Amino acid sequence: MNKMRSLMAGATIAFALACSIASAETVRIAYIDTLSGLMGALGNNELKSWQYVTEVANQQDWAGGTKFEMVPFDNKLSPQQSLTLLNEAADQGIRYITQGNGSSVGLALEDAVSKYNARNPGKEIIYLNFAAVDPAMTNARCDYWHFRLDANSDMKMEALTTFLAKDPNVKKVYLIDQDYSFGHDVSRTAQEYLKRKRPDIQIVGDDFHPLAQVKDFSPYASKIKASGADTVITGNWGSDLALLIKAGKDAGVTANYYTYYASTTGVPTAMGAAGAGRVRYVGYMGANTASNPPQANQIMDGFKKKYDDDFFEMAAYTGVALLSKAIKDTKSTDPVKVAKAMEGMKVQSLNGIVEMRASDHQAEQPLVIATWVKADGKDVKYDQEKTGYGWRTDAVLDASSAVQPTTCQMKRPN
Amino acid sequence: MEFFVISLLNGISYGLLLFLLSSGLTLIFSMMGVLNFAHASFYMLGAYFAYAIASKIGFWPALVLAPLLIVVVGALVERFGLRTVHKYGHVAELLFTFGLAYLIEEAVKLVWGQSAVPYRIPQELDGPLFQVFSSVFPKYRAFMMLVSVLMLVTMYLVLTRTRIGLVIQAALTHPQMVEALGHNVQRVFMMVFAGGAALAGIAGVIGGNAFVTSPSMAASVGTIVFVVAVVGGMGSLAGAFIASLLIGLLQTFAVTIDSSLADLFGLIGLHVTSATPLSSVWKLSVSQMAPVMPYLLMVVMMIVRPRGLMGTREG
Repeated sequence: MNKMRSLMAGATIAFALACSIASAETVRIAYIDTLSGLMGALGNNELKSWQYVTEVANQQDWAGGTKFEMVPFDNKLSPQQSLTLLNEAADQGIRYITQGNGSSVGLALEDAVSKYNARNPGKEIIYLNFAAVDPAMTNARCDYWHFRLDANSDMKMEALTTFLAKDPNVKKVYLIDQDYSFGHDVSRTAQEYLKRKRPDIQIVGDDFHPLAQVKDFSPYASKIKASGADTVITGNWGSDLALLIKAGKDAGVTANYYTYYASTTGVPTAMGAAGAGRVRYVGYMGANTASNPPQANQIMDGFKKKYDDDFFEMAAYTGVALLSKAIKDTKSTDPVKVAKAMEGMKVQSLNGIVEMRASDHQAEQPLVIATWVKADGKDVKYDQEKTGYGWRTDAVLDASSAVQPTTCQMKRPN
Repeated sequence: MEFFVISLLNGISYGLLLFLLSSGLTLIFSMMGVLNFAHASFYMLGAYFAYAIASKIGFWPALVLAPLLIVVVGALVERFGLRTVHKYGHVAELLFTFGLAYLIEEAVKLVWGQSAVPYRIPQELDGPLFQVFSSVFPKYRAFMMLVSVLMLVTMYLVLTRTRIGLVIQAALTHPQMVEALGHNVQRVFMMVFAGGAALAGIAGVIGGNAFVTSPSMAASVGTIVFVVAVVGGMGSLAGAFIASLLIGLLQTFAVTIDSSLADLFGLIGLHVTSATPLSSVWKLSVSQMAPVMPYLLMVVMMIVRPRGLMGTREG
């Protein structure tokens, strides 16, 4: 019996030692996002982006000896599934998680991570959010352990309307969005911000349609055409966006489209020439921005070579850069120390300097507006999805132009 | 007026495509009693086959070859799948087609990947056909209408005017008798299934490039085909035709109406504000409800006329 006990104690100590050595050398990041189903292609592209950036970080030793490893989990875009996977990751001793697609998933994870950390002191988990853009996540429902690497939807609308307001040709704006919280947010903020910046602009339509249900967008296109709109603002993504643009082209709609997600997987292929010269997006990075640092081209070229796919999920780069710097500065991989170090931290990312605002953990960074045009090898060097078309950067708006106040009352651990 | 004409055209062309999509389902159900859950998958396969062929030898050969390939696939599915499970009854058939839908989707993902593929409208059909005042009607939509009507006429003629059509109709009601007369009823069923699948395949060939060719395209039309079949009446081709046009027009025109119940209340002096109970319901505009209309129609149909518009079976 005694022998048995000492054996077990020995094994426990050995295991603990092995764990601590392992964690000192390798930080595992759980990637909890959709890898199958409707948005599977997008989720896979983003996973590859994280894997590629962590590989580069390991090679170039960004984190002073610490290595990174991505551990993928498929949440099938479901909040419930994500919470189960969060526990699974925690059971495996993973202390860093990342997620992006779907603010419903993001809000559930933000809340669950907060509760988990309160109940398990010493085992805290950090949540790096690379694409869930619901403003609530850094406002009313903000949390200390959550860090948003993307600009939230209000910030994007701020940048978009600032750009749009400078164009005197814009007189009639048509809003069309998917009928759920995000779509309604886009519609509401567009009206609010335009009223503030250009009260003379007329909103000639404000339509909602169900998410991923509409097959034939031609009635909407005819409606846009009949309204005489010169500009369409839409938060649509996926096939909802591609179909809208295609139907618009068929119906002879000549308006410009301002979107959030025209550059995400699948949309460029589906819209092809139909969007040329008409479709714009607001985002944190333009593949062809002249002022991009040289790393941007290295990462994009390297990613293309390795996966034969396009790198656009720049938040992965920002996330790994922030983590690396925090780990290097604190000489620790403990999430408690790392989280503290990341507050207010500035790093060089692929679009310039990104600052993680301390008050609400919202990243502040330059945003770009880009137009879908034929790749010409000069202004537009990188095309997307081998379509021969790419994004020409029209404007780079510095971080201050999109800044939003926050209502976040951050509760920090003692 | 201009808006009305263009909306009418949009509605009819969408309705015709819906008919092409769902006629095969109705055909198979009425002939074989099989509710084919994998029907929309043949639509997807049609689009992908057409994409693969079109990128090698062009759209026109694809228009012919892709449906022929689907005929082969459909025949194989019937011969080696459905016929084997047939003796275990309808539940087994239902489960089989249900599983097949998943199988086809995964196979498509394996071969062509998870994202959309660039299946494009051919150059000669890209562009406006004619103008209605200042709105344009695209050539490709007219082409879609033409193909749908052609298929409709062909199907009608084959079923009512040819010997083979007579055998098919006879096999439907009196299979034993037809067999006794020396016809191979099994082979008739195989032909019907393959033909029904091919109709969905043709819809895929002409719908895949008008919309988006991606692995989720089967799921996106999977429900609407059943709505058409139920509203039109299970097993009735004429019913499916009327239901398709009805749904196409209903959905298209609903999009154009921006009024809501709140506006209606406003007419009689009741003003809805955000403080009114259930205000979000009253403020829902008709256009917002448009994509739900077909389902609403189905529910109403189930209540007042369970056998559908032209159906012969009860419930």
